[in-house]
Amino acid sequence: MCLAVPAKITRVEASGLGIVDYLGNEVKTNFTLLPEAKVGDWVIIHAGFAISLLDRKEARRTLRLFREMAKSS
Amino acid sequence: MKRISLELGGGGRLMRDFIAEHVLPTFGNPILSELADSGLLPGGIALTTDSYVVDPLFFSGGDIGRLAVNGTVNDLVVSGAAPRYLSLALILEEGLEWDLLEKVLKSIRAAARRAGVRIVTGDTKVVPQGQGDKIFINTAGVGKSVGRPAVARIRPGDKLILSGTLGDHSLAVLMARGDFGITSRVRSDCAPLLFLLPLWKKGALWMRDVTRGGLATVLSELAERIPYPVLIEEGRIPVSKTVRGASELLGIDPLYMACEGKAVVVAPRRQAEDFLRRIRRHPLGRRAAIIGEVQDKVGRPGELLLATVSGGLRLLEPLTSELLPRIC
Amino acid sequence: MKELRDAKAIRTLLRDITNLARPLVRPLRIMEVCGTHTMALFRYGLTPLLAEAGVEMISGPGCPVCITPGAIHEAAIALLAGREGLILATFGDMTRVPTRKGSLQTAVAARNSRSRIVYSPEEALEEARGNPSREAVFFGAGFETTIPAIALTVKRAAAEGLRNFSVLPALWLIPPALRALLESGDAAISGFIYPGHVSAVIGLQPYEFIAEEFGVAGAVAGFEPGDILLAVRSVLGQNAERKPRVALEYTRAVRTEGNPGARAVMGEVFEPYDALWRGLGKIPVSGLTFRKRYARFDARARFGLRIRDSGKDLPGCRCGEVLRARIRPKDCPLFATRCTPESPFGPCMVSYEGSCLIHHKFNRGRGRAS
Repeated sequence: MCLAVPAKITRVEASGLGIVDYLGNEVKTNFTLLPEAKVGDWVIIHAGFAISLLDRKEARRTLRLFREMAKSS
Repeated sequence: MKRISLELGGGGRLMRDFIAEHVLPTFGNPILSELADSGLLPGGIALTTDSYVVDPLFFSGGDIGRLAVNGTVNDLVVSGAAPRYLSLALILEEGLEWDLLEKVLKSIRAAARRAGVRIVTGDTKVVPQGQGDKIFINTAGVGKSVGRPAVARIRPGDKLILSGTLGDHSLAVLMARGDFGITSRVRSDCAPLLFLLPLWKKGALWMRDVTRGGLATVLSELAERIPYPVLIEEGRIPVSKTVRGASELLGIDPLYMACEGKAVVVAPRRQAEDFLRRIRRHPLGRRAAIIGEVQDKVGRPGELLLATVSGGLRLLEPLTSELLPRIC
Repeated sequence: MKELRDAKAIRTLLRDITNLARPLVRPLRIMEVCGTHTMALFRYGLTPLLAEAGVEMISGPGCPVCITPGAIHEAAIALLAGREGLILATFGDMTRVPTRKGSLQTAVAARNSRSRIVYSPEEALEEARGNPSREAVFFGAGFETTIPAIALTVKRAAAEGLRNFSVLPALWLIPPALRALLESGDAAISGFIYPGHVSAVIGLQPYEFIAEEFGVAGAVAGFEPGDILLAVRSVLGQNAERKPRVALEYTRAVRTEGNPGARAVMGEVFEPYDALWRGLGKIPVSGLTFRKRYARFDARARFGLRIRDSGKDLPGCRCGEVLRARIRPKDCPLFATRCTPESPFGPCMVSYEGSCLIHHKFNRGRGRAS
């Protein structure tokens, strides 16, 4: 299922397993595909695995873009 | 040979078709044909019944006993009746632990006290092990009419008020089933809706508690009974952050998730703000909101429409079957 | 991320889209190949808004459960019904796909066997660990978003020396399917919306042939309404400039190079082969199967499963044509009449990412909101 959402890492263990938080929901996650992931990072999770690290700078840029577009409506 | 499917009990279209095609023709009389949540009897008495098969028996914020009281109490409230008496019928599975049964009975007692109703008659059956599932409960409720739904008086401009957040009960039961790698801090909203009763005397036109099938199913029922389309706004519908998140993770739509302590009230246009204020005064109504209206500008009669947060417009269909079996 | 759903921003994007679409040759048909994109378009009411702007959105083969031929589903059923002491773990929608042998859900399991719905292949591994005297089989259908997870799970099983775990694979690759669609010339596509999370794994390079060989525009999109419209706008812009390329409109989650580590894991466990897709037929290098090194985890070999693919639908079912975008769900005579979510004829009405199910959920054919 493509139900992949951006969630914040709250725990990473040496085993590669850990927890992300999505709007107050804790999800057991496997971080092996993102060895650089650390607590506080945002990741895209899918079927219990983190598959991509969210680029916070790009996220902010996108949000700014949309705020601009809302204003120019 | 035709067989009963699980979906038939889901509170959605299949169940309604069943009632329309089999129940009504078999028993049809003017009281039943109203298809209100309670039968409104001569002499100002309302009678309702409900059976409770929730799995698991205990979940955050409630249990089968509490449901069995509040569910029936609420069916009376939304039919314009002040709840007075309940019957309590238990079907127990052989081998059930005493402690479990005692907990459920105590919960029923507490809920009945809170709702101001008395258990005045009942029945107990025990079925051999394997032929039931721990406990099934049926409660019938009797109440005194203090008002009467008046669907025929609903007009364009009349507003829809939702008494609080959607989906809390569904998510609590789901979490209690322990199926997922997801943990949500959520509590069932199982509670009596007595605080809505005074609205009947003030002119409330229609009420329904939002149970199986969720808000979309309940409002579809309304739309089918009036000659005007119903329009609700996605941005105004209260949903808690946790339920929103869990529903996105699980791919379930909050508009179809069952509640056990929330209702939709149709308020005459001029009284909507006043009704909202009254509801919000009560602790259980703090997140109440006007979510839409009956109108005749957009859509066709019989339609339930959703104005999305993105500026789109779409039809909301009733659920054909509940998302999760044994939710209440 | 509510800014990406905001009506005012959406209006601005639609204005741009309308202006870009105006001078372009009609019909403008933009295809997405991901059930979640299909769902977002409906859920937020974007399809009619885009139609008003001059753009028709169509759905391609974005549903891994749907494109898995019936014969593979039947093999899973045969396994559950015929093999004692087996636990078959799979995603929920897989259990309801109808086949000539019924569905997994209605199949009668052999003695001491059962099926279990899981949300992650890891749960299937847990079954193997917790039931050493039984066989645990994960029946997994997925695209490149899911395949790395399955590969990792197999590697874990190998590392732990588990001898009772295997996978019945139904692993599909998106870019070869897009090539097959373009080569067939069936769907008259003006541009693609590429799936955001598949792209997070594979990056942009696998789509480049679409722009270079076929001259068709495309953009990688996220899943919020704003994300999708950004991608549509990009596709139209590419058409206006006659400069088709692979644009990235989901920069916060997708790198140009994708996730090389995830691809490495996929490549370690699996290798490509010419797979048979429901509806689309045999497509070169479009599926993944076990490499020799990990072949002991292949349930087909372990249990001697013979899978004779025909790739055909059950009689009357037109799922294959829906997947190829030759017809829309409501063009199928069975849609919402005899084929419903409660009694589906084919996988497109069963899978969470199935076009027919999504259409049925949001638009039962009573027509759009006026």
